[in-house]
Amino acid sequence: MTDTLIHVVLLITLPPLLPGVINKTKAWFAGRKGPSVLQLYYDLIKLMRKGMVISTTTTWIFIAGPIVTLAAVLLAGMLMPISGFKAPIAFAGDLILFAYLFGLARFFTTAAAMDTGSPFEGMGAAREVTFACLSEPALFFAFLVMAKLSGSLMLTCMLHTPAGGFSSAMVAPLILVSIGLFVVLLAESCRIPVDDPNTHLELTMIHEVMVLDHSGPLFGIILYSASMKLFVLGTILLHIVLPLQAETMWMNWPLFIVEIIGLAIVIGIVESIMARLRMCHIPGLLIAAMLFCGFGFILLMRYSQ
Amino acid sequence: MTDLLNAVLVIILVMNLFALGTSRIRAVIRTVSVQGILLGVAALLVHQHLTIPVALMIVVAIVIKGLLIPSIMMRALRDAQIKREIEPLIGFLPSIILGALATAFAMLIAGQLPLASQHYGTLLVPTSVATVIVGFIFLVSRYKAISQVIGYLILENGIFIFSLLLIEAMPVIVEMGVMLDLFVGIFVICIIINHINQAFSSMDTRKLVSLKE
Repeated sequence: MTDTLIHVVLLITLPPLLPGVINKTKAWFAGRKGPSVLQLYYDLIKLMRKGMVISTTTTWIFIAGPIVTLAAVLLAGMLMPISGFKAPIAFAGDLILFAYLFGLARFFTTAAAMDTGSPFEGMGAAREVTFACLSEPALFFAFLVMAKLSGSLMLTCMLHTPAGGFSSAMVAPLILVSIGLFVVLLAESCRIPVDDPNTHLELTMIHEVMVLDHSGPLFGIILYSASMKLFVLGTILLHIVLPLQAETMWMNWPLFIVEIIGLAIVIGIVESIMARLRMCHIPGLLIAAMLFCGFGFILLMRYSQ
Repeated sequence: MTDLLNAVLVIILVMNLFALGTSRIRAVIRTVSVQGILLGVAALLVHQHLTIPVALMIVVAIVIKGLLIPSIMMRALRDAQIKREIEPLIGFLPSIILGALATAFAMLIAGQLPLASQHYGTLLVPTSVATVIVGFIFLVSRYKAISQVIGYLILENGIFIFSLLLIEAMPVIVEMGVMLDLFVGIFVICIIINHINQAFSSMDTRKLVSLKE
C-alpha cells in the first residue's frame, strides 16, 4: 500500500525536475549558470494562474487534447513498475495498453493541433505522426524482446530483473534494445537529435509547433505531460540498462531517484554534444532504432534455445 | 566469459552500422579505431589461458588497429582537407539497411555451419561474416579514397574476428605477419592518397580514370 502511494507521489511530483536537470547540464556544458533545476515547477505554477485565450475556430477537441494527453500518460505511468516494485495496475497484456495510451495521447495532441485550423500546426501534426510510425515499432520490438526473455506479457514481470540477474544469452540483445529504446526516448520526448525543445517558430520543429495556440493552464498541462512522458519512458529504459537492486527493499526508492536524475544528466550531455539532425535524416535515425530492437529480437530467437 | 564476449561483439556490430550511417569521415575513423581496440578485448576474452606470445599479439593488435592506423589516417585526412563523404553510390540510409540485411544473413548462415561445440554459444561467426560484408559495402559504395581504405580496414577486422575461432591452432607468427601487412598496406595507401590529392586536388576515385601529366 505504501509502495503504491510512493509510486503515485513520485509519478506526480518528480517529472518536472527532469527537464530542469537536463537544462542545468546543458547550461553547465555551455559555461552558463542556467535556470534553477526547479524552473519547470515555477513555470507550471505561473501558467496555472494565467487566463486562456481560445480561438473561435476551435471546438471542444482543442481543450480535450491536453487533458486527454495528461490522463493517458498518467495511466501509462500507473501501468509501469518503478525499480523493484510492482506497478499499481498490472494485468496480462498491459504492454499493449501501455503502448497505445501513448498512441491515444498522440492522437489527441495532433487532433487538437489541427483543430486550430492553422496550416503551420497541421504540418507539425503530420510530422509528429510520421515519426511516431517509425518509433512505435521500435518500442514494440523492445517489448517483444522483454516478453520473450521473461515469458510474461505483464509489464511488471517483463521489466523486473530475474532473480539471478540477466543470463548470458540475454546480454547481447539487451544492449541492442537499450540503444533502440534510448533513441525512442529521445524522439518521443522531443529531445535534441530529433527535435529541439528550445526553438520556437522554426520551420524545423515538431512538438512545439503543435502547441502554439495553447496558453495558460492548458499549456501548463502540456508541459507537465511532456515531462511525465519523459519520466515514464526513462523508467522503462532504466529497468533494462541498470537492473540494480538495493539490499533492503525501501532503499530502492532513493536509488531509483538517483538513477532517473542520472539519466536526465546523460540526456543533457547528449544534447550538449550533438546538433539537431536535419529533418530528412530523422527517419534514418528512427529506422536504425527499429533495426536495433528488431535485431535484438532475432538474436534472442536464434541463441536462446 | 561468453556473455561478455557476446556483448563486445554486439557493440562491434552496432559500430558497423554506425560507420555505414554517418557521413563524417573523422567519426568513421574514430569508430574503426574503437572497433580495433574492442577486437583486442575480444581476443583477450576468447583465450582461456594467457601466454606471453598471445598477450604480445593482443597488445600489438590494439596498438596497430586502435592507435597507429587511425592516427595515420587522421593525418592523411587533415592533409587532404576533406571532412565528409558527400554523395556515396549507395545512400546512407540504404547502406544501413543493407548492413542490417547482411547481419541478418550472417546470423542465418552461421546457424547452418558445422562449428566446434564450444563456438555455438558465441556470436563470433555471425559478427565476422557481417563485418566482412559491411566492409565490402563500404568499399564499393564510397567514392573517396580514404573511405575505401576504411572499408578495407573494416573488412580486415571481420577476418580478424574469424581468426579468433582458430586462435588455438594458428601460430602467432601468421597473425603478426597479417598485422604487419595491414600496417604497411595502410601506410602506403595513405601516402598514395596524399599524392592523389596533390595531383588531382581531390580524393574522388571517379576522377582517377582520366590521365594526367
